[in-house]
Amino acid sequence: MRRRGWAALLYSALAVLYLLHNDLWLWNDRRLWLGLPAGLLYHIGFCVAASALLGLLVVFAWPPWGEGALPAARDEREQGERR
Amino acid sequence: MIIFVIALYLTAVLVIGGFSHRLFHGTSEDFFVATRSLGPALLLLNLFGANMTAFAVLGASGEAYTTGIGVFALMASSSALVIPLVFYFVGTRVWEIGKRRGYVSPIEFFRERYQSDGLGLLLFVVVTGLLIPYLLIGLGGGGIALAQITHGLIPKWLGSLIIVAVVLSYVAYGGMRGAILVNAFQALLLLVLGGISCWVIVHQLGGLESAMTRVGATHPDLLARAGHIRPLQLLTYTFIPLSVGMFPHIFIQWLTARSARAFRLPVAVYPLCIAVVWVPTVVLGVLSRIDFPRLPPAAANSLLVRIVEHHAPGVLVGLLAATLLSAIMNSFDHQVLAVSTMFTQDIVHHYGYRDRLSERQRVWVGRLFVIGVLFVTYLLSLVFDPSLFKLGVWCFTAFAALFPVLLAALFWRRSTKQGIAAAVLSVVALWSYLVVAGWRSPDYTLGGTGILPVALLLAVSAAALVVVSLLTRPPDAATLALFFPAAPGPGEEGTPPVAPGVVGAPAAAPPLAGGHPRRDRPGPA
Repeated sequence: MRRRGWAALLYSALAVLYLLHNDLWLWNDRRLWLGLPAGLLYHIGFCVAASALLGLLVVFAWPPWGEGALPAARDEREQGERR
Repeated sequence: MIIFVIALYLTAVLVIGGFSHRLFHGTSEDFFVATRSLGPALLLLNLFGANMTAFAVLGASGEAYTTGIGVFALMASSSALVIPLVFYFVGTRVWEIGKRRGYVSPIEFFRERYQSDGLGLLLFVVVTGLLIPYLLIGLGGGGIALAQITHGLIPKWLGSLIIVAVVLSYVAYGGMRGAILVNAFQALLLLVLGGISCWVIVHQLGGLESAMTRVGATHPDLLARAGHIRPLQLLTYTFIPLSVGMFPHIFIQWLTARSARAFRLPVAVYPLCIAVVWVPTVVLGVLSRIDFPRLPPAAANSLLVRIVEHHAPGVLVGLLAATLLSAIMNSFDHQVLAVSTMFTQDIVHHYGYRDRLSERQRVWVGRLFVIGVLFVTYLLSLVFDPSLFKLGVWCFTAFAALFPVLLAALFWRRSTKQGIAAAVLSVVALWSYLVVAGWRSPDYTLGGTGILPVALLLAVSAAALVVVSLLTRPPDAATLALFFPAAPGPGEEGTPPVAPGVVGAPAAAPPLAGGHPRRDRPGPA
């Protein structure tokens, strides 16, 4: 898959993750899971999921200006020197 | 023992700060942005440390004590997603433009992007004004916390003075490079010590499940969000972390990166760092109900000190004090340096001594401003009023509401200086009104709906920016070509013109329309 394809896929996944932050289904859930309240454990898992997704983002969908714009800066420099 | 651990910690900070001076290049670019040399690990630790204030250590546990586990979703996991995304979309773009144009402060970026000294001044006043309460909270709050931890052995005035003296030693001496090395050490302490404290205390309480069950028996509401946090509150709180984009100290830290690739680690690992620091503080805050079932709200901020003293007096309290000092200093020093950088670069250098200061003199002007800002902040902290904590929370809202301004400057070619000014002024006016309206209510939301004021402020700010920009004359093509070089707009042809200030540009290059020639700009490393 090309960068644009990855970017579209991962940006969509980020939007879904943002919606999942609003875990209304656990709003009144007081059960303990692994010794932690369900709502707290869910949001710890949310942090782990965010880290994994952002990891994929920086590997497969790095923003174009992250690397692409610097050659333009070099072009500017070279042209300045020619003048 | 507590004093010994604090002294040991401060000595370590001074040694690291002294070592950093050996790496100092002696140039103004090194003093203000460490010659743009930070690799991924140092960038991660510094961005993380600068965002973790004393609130994350003390305030969060107090909030968890009163409102339960919902604090984590509200303040931590929302930041875990939003802040790295700001780094990814905005930080990398700021770094790229900053490197290409040689910027060291956010004000000069805005001034040149919109070719307006007036806009630069407006942003300077607003951003500096919003940062001052933070400086006072860090110093005044730090003095109070040290007095509590040492039971008055280190009084408030002395605690604040110690913080000022230590920060002065490494920031005035080594500039950004000093702050970076010390902050990396402090951020590591933050990441490790909170977990250790939590583990020791939970162990003494008979294990996590047993302790949580005890809390559930007496205060079941603290294990869920119902009754404490409303869904709309959680949804709109996710706008607050956008403030990170407009913090001048974070903007300047983005400029210190060695390359855009250096942002990859901070973007991916930041959420885990958030969890590592916040989970122990929230868990300890909730578990404090076992030992201190009914503390008055005013005592909640010293909760962590109480529970650590109760279960593990001595070394662990000293380590808590070190953690607290780390949290205070690693945001305080960057904020002091940011204010000093803006004064030096955007006032003294831009208006008074453009061609008259040598590199060495610029470093010394920077140092003098560091000393001046620390001195004034210390004097103000002596009359520190705890109600400033509330103002600090409101300042977060204002910084977040200004985020569209940065977004437009980076990505929207059609945005104009009038549009930016309209957005800034609308935020200032509406924010002032909302601060007065909501001052008496600690949980102020719009009309009691649960919607936080930041949502309204963001909408008004974005609307003012878009409407006024579309109604005013577009920026000229020559300016746009400097900031959007990769994709020339309709009607533009050929290579972007070489502007004064661009590295390698001839010294006699003409000034931009409405701008100033910039023959003095130090080139990127």
